[in-house]
Amino acid sequence: MTKTLRAAFAGVSLLSALTVVPLVSVTAAQAEELTLCWAAWDPANALVELSKDFTTESGIDMKFEFVPWTNYADRFLNELNAKGQLCDLIIGDSQWIGGSAENGHYIKLNDFFAAEGITMDDFVPATVTGYSEWPKGTPNYWALPAMGDVVGWTYRKDWFEKPELQAEFKEKYGWDLAAPTTFEQLKQIAEFFQGREVDGKTVYGASIYTERGSEGITMGAMDVLYSYGFKYDNPDKPYDMNGFVNSDGAVAGLEFYKSLYDCCTPPGAANSYMGEGVDAFKSGQVAMHMNFAFTWPGLQKDEAVGGDKIGYFANPAGPGGDKFAQLGGQGISVVAYSSKQEAALKYIKWFANPAVQAKWWSLGGFSCLKAVVEDPGFAATQPYAQTFLDSMAIVKDFWAEPAYASLLQASQKRLHDYVVAGNGTAKEALDALVADWTETFEDEGKL
Amino acid sequence: MTDSKTSPLDRAVEAVARSTHSKLVKRVTGLSDRMVAWLFIGPTMLLLLAINIFPLFWAIGLSFTNYRANRPNEPVEGVGLRNYERILTDPDIWIAMQTTANFVFWTILLQTVIGFGLAYLIDRKFRGHAFWTTIILVPMMLSPAVVGNFWRFLYEPQIGLFAYAVSFVSGIPPTEIEMLSNVALAPWSIIIVDTWMWSPYVMLICLAGLRSIPDYIYEAAEVDRASPIRQFLSITLPMALPFIMLAILFRGIENFKMFDMVNLLTGGGPGSTTEVASITLKREAFEKWRTGYSSAFAIILFVAVFGLANIYVKALNRVKQR
Repeated sequence: MTKTLRAAFAGVSLLSALTVVPLVSVTAAQAEELTLCWAAWDPANALVELSKDFTTESGIDMKFEFVPWTNYADRFLNELNAKGQLCDLIIGDSQWIGGSAENGHYIKLNDFFAAEGITMDDFVPATVTGYSEWPKGTPNYWALPAMGDVVGWTYRKDWFEKPELQAEFKEKYGWDLAAPTTFEQLKQIAEFFQGREVDGKTVYGASIYTERGSEGITMGAMDVLYSYGFKYDNPDKPYDMNGFVNSDGAVAGLEFYKSLYDCCTPPGAANSYMGEGVDAFKSGQVAMHMNFAFTWPGLQKDEAVGGDKIGYFANPAGPGGDKFAQLGGQGISVVAYSSKQEAALKYIKWFANPAVQAKWWSLGGFSCLKAVVEDPGFAATQPYAQTFLDSMAIVKDFWAEPAYASLLQASQKRLHDYVVAGNGTAKEALDALVADWTETFEDEGKL
Repeated sequence: MTDSKTSPLDRAVEAVARSTHSKLVKRVTGLSDRMVAWLFIGPTMLLLLAINIFPLFWAIGLSFTNYRANRPNEPVEGVGLRNYERILTDPDIWIAMQTTANFVFWTILLQTVIGFGLAYLIDRKFRGHAFWTTIILVPMMLSPAVVGNFWRFLYEPQIGLFAYAVSFVSGIPPTEIEMLSNVALAPWSIIIVDTWMWSPYVMLICLAGLRSIPDYIYEAAEVDRASPIRQFLSITLPMALPFIMLAILFRGIENFKMFDMVNLLTGGGPGSTTEVASITLKREAFEKWRTGYSSAFAIILFVAVFGLANIYVKALNRVKQR
């Protein structure tokens, strides 16, 4: 080989090396991939869109594992129990927090938050308690509040504004047809619309949660029971439930929920939850619709029932003026079995950024960051923004104990047996619920 | 001669050895017939042990503990017979067992009557009977998931064809025909679907029974001037009875553990109206995660089905011997 040829060969080799090295390092960076597990629903699509910014900034690819709500708990709790490595990040339901913390499924985030300057004071307090803390009320954080959610109501504003209906309603009930402020008013409106012809179609009063299999009827009935005086236990003596779960107020609340189901729901609505509720509202079957706030962006955009035709209101007050709403939503956690915890924590740090949180809200997610929701312009950003704020201010949540699944299944059975099947009385149903929950806590060694 | 002291397994091995081709045996030099047979049977036996026998014994072991599959880090404690005691004294479990028994009774009764009736008609060999046999068999060829889902739509009080058909006949508004949410109608909604789907299966077994009755018996009866009713009662029914009983056994075992259809149609509701034992078991095992408790329940159900099936098989053998 001549000198010239050697030099040419060396030059080409050097050039090749210079070209390949950056390519290799880019490939190595992009090869890092995180899998985020969540439910398959509208906010998940918004998160996919949002996470593209994370990939651009960090070079870490995001992969998503979304499972329909009906299988969400089964699928991911099985995965966590099996110490599986499918999920690096998980947006787990708020009720999982106790079990996931105690069983070591999530990593504790306190040190990470402290190191990165993330403070829980920056988030809406109810979401911190609901989605992040275990034990409740203590500064032990296992998740970053990710998706605020709460049960509220939508109504057909266009029907409510019809002059002939307004006149008839005023004559019958003595007050103006408008979004109700008490449950009594809500029932009057529901009765008014039940079986009525509106725009040539038979419509019904309200769609409420009645689903038996997962958590539907509990989320719906509790939404009412809280405002009637239901409490999970004695505030001074934890797990002492007699007289709180089955108090006179709670009994009255459950009787009210049954009366609402009996008088004012569409035919065959005995197993209705989020999807069925949205279908009933979108198809113009019902005047009012109980559902989690995550459904609101989709309904607002709907051509048939959205835009000017839809209105929103927070859960109305009970007979004593108390007003509470069932908390939904989730926090985002790093799975303890993930081999990519460092990258997963990077994602959480990025997600906590106020600019990212603002974009999250604009894409259809429900931010829990105070900087977003307490911004003076927030209420005007969407027609449902003020109702979301009002609702988040009055939230209560179901048990988040490690035994939440047993507690939930007991309430599903007792509530469905009374409300839908009409077995026994409300008092008997709640007494039985106290007995079931007591047995569960005895098994847990907490009683 | 087979030694009466050898186990059934040894006898099976010997039978396989005897039926193995001699050329093949010769090729495997150095191994006895019995060893070759063991080599053939071994993998199947291991598979059977791994996926059937081992889990059964494992479940029996778990049934005496407080084990929860969702708490892998917690210590597992023995609880003796407490799980069994709790199950057998729980009124909700007994309600679920009653619901199961009702469901099994009515589905078997209807499927046997309809299935045998259809078999009897098809056996007449009328013009186009092959075509109608195929049409009748279609429901049982469908997946239970498909059947459950489309019947759920058929039962819809606002848009379902079933409600409209009943309304057309009865004059009751379709919105009042709430098959899946009415406490009185919900159990029947499942019984109707199960009967629709599985009567053809009973028909098929009964048809085999009817076709196995030799024609000369009927010819002899006609010579004796036996009426068609007498022929049916004295020849058809007794001779087809073992087949009918076999169909009842198959459907009984299947319906005792019925899960898919109930889960898809009502999910056990409204309330607990249609909560059969398998739904309760699923809730305990995979929703409440009471693994020890649900293992005990599964063992109780297994013993119940196994015991009932054994009694029934003995009765079936007695009928066959007659």
